[in-house]
Amino acid sequence: MSRRVLAVASAGVLLFLYLPIATIFLYAFNADRAQTWPITSWTTSWFGEAIGNDEIRSALLLSLQAALGATALALLLGTLAAFAVHRFRFFGRETISFMLVLPIALPGIVTGMALNATFNTTHLPFSPLTIIVGHATFCVVTVYNNVIARLRRSSRSIEEASMDLGADTWQTFRRITLPVIGTALLAGGLLAFALSFDEVIVTTFTAGTQQTLPIWILANLRLPNQRPLVNVVAVFMVLLSAVPVYVAQRLSTDAGAPTTRN
Amino acid sequence: MATLARPAPPAATARRRSLAWLYRHRAVQLLVLLLPPVGWFGVVYIGSLVVLFISAFWYLDPLTSAIKQDFTLRNFQQLVSDPVYRAVAGRTILIAFVVTVTDALLAFPIAYYMARYASRRLKGVMFMLVLLPLWTSYLVRVYAWRVILALGGPLDWTFQQFGIQGVVLYPSDIAMWLVFSYIWLPYMILPIFAGLERIPGSLLEASADLGARGAMTFRRVILPLALPAVVAGSIFTFSLTLGDYITPVLVSNSQFIGNVVYNSQGVSGNVPFAAAFATVPVVVMAIYLLVARRLGAFDAL
Repeated sequence: MSRRVLAVASAGVLLFLYLPIATIFLYAFNADRAQTWPITSWTTSWFGEAIGNDEIRSALLLSLQAALGATALALLLGTLAAFAVHRFRFFGRETISFMLVLPIALPGIVTGMALNATFNTTHLPFSPLTIIVGHATFCVVTVYNNVIARLRRSSRSIEEASMDLGADTWQTFRRITLPVIGTALLAGGLLAFALSFDEVIVTTFTAGTQQTLPIWILANLRLPNQRPLVNVVAVFMVLLSAVPVYVAQRLSTDAGAPTTRN
Repeated sequence: MATLARPAPPAATARRRSLAWLYRHRAVQLLVLLLPPVGWFGVVYIGSLVVLFISAFWYLDPLTSAIKQDFTLRNFQQLVSDPVYRAVAGRTILIAFVVTVTDALLAFPIAYYMARYASRRLKGVMFMLVLLPLWTSYLVRVYAWRVILALGGPLDWTFQQFGIQGVVLYPSDIAMWLVFSYIWLPYMILPIFAGLERIPGSLLEASADLGARGAMTFRRVILPLALPAVVAGSIFTFSLTLGDYITPVLVSNSQFIGNVVYNSQGVSGNVPFAAAFATVPVVVMAIYLLVARRLGAFDAL
């Protein structure tokens, strides 16, 4: 009995999680500019209009630029930190992961304000670079977590075997270590991309007058006339973050064990 | 030594020599690995945070609107003495608390079902279904609720089918509570699921063998063992609500700590006051984390 009750409750919670997102997907095809329910006439023309909109296109480009830049930096910094913590014993080792998670643990507004104050005092003008700096700071932890989890599960003996067989440090890294952590890097990178692509709060402090896609949504929510376009952009944003996360999740569970390939 | 077993020493090119040198000098390796991330975080991030914290003790000259870099406690005095700010802080903390309780109540049944009853395959599917919204655009999900709750929206329409007029929750504090609970719910489900999965089935059998009914087993065995996981989830729901300022603007007319901070910083340029008020959620979270650690939440993360 209780099992059935729990099943119904679980289905209810899943519905609760997905109905709002589904609503936006439906509204994206609403021919009427006013968002009254039920939807009476349907159209796909808003998609064409959104694609043709210069503001949306440049916001998308900036978002991609920021997400790619932040992901690249996060991959570099996260991997270096993971190797240092996993392979070495040093003073302050335990505080490294704490430091990396801090930008996510502290309210976004604190991180945003801190970076904003620094940009102002160093007279660094707002540019895609300032957005990337902000995003990279909170993206590092996703790469770090994925890589260090993989390092902990994989054995060092294959690297030692490689060295014993005459490979130098670089060859060993390139031929042994990199394939072992490859999918962890990909998973961490995809999560970093999704995190950056969606971010609003830190971005409002590091973008100046530039518009990323989420900032564009935020600005256009005030304009009822723009609702149809906001819906289309919303659908696009959901897809562009859900797909990387889905792939990353598959990568970090299925390909996790180092024994899967020979 | 391993080097003795080598059949023939490889050609000692310059690259090999320098790599071999690096291999022998662990401290240099460590330096190369640590310098970029620690440099980045130490200078860019921690440095910024420290400057921000120090600026909380500066003040805005009322005449020139310039920031005076003299030590003062007036920002904090203003926070404590002005009832408006006390009300904002109280509201923020209260709603964060109510959201946390709501999420714990919503999360427990589904987490329990996933951990105890779902087949391996279903478990994987449900895990993914819970995980995806967590990473799906925050802003889009808040916006979705605004559409649903607005006048003439789906919820209003549904109520009207039952002859109930004028239930418009947007904008309101109830909408804020609903939206926050919705947005952070996956953060509560996942740790509780993980915590429940760690409870061995044999404990439940033992409890039943000793004569405890379902409710008794739940209260005396499952709940105490799952508590650290619930607290772990609550860290997310509580802290994320505490630091938010977008949702209050989008679905209510109320102000959160974040809104006051944002307006002080952006609109009136009073960075010192904004910095001082921003320490409130940080301090509240620090206390919360200390309590959470006592309750064993960090082992459940």
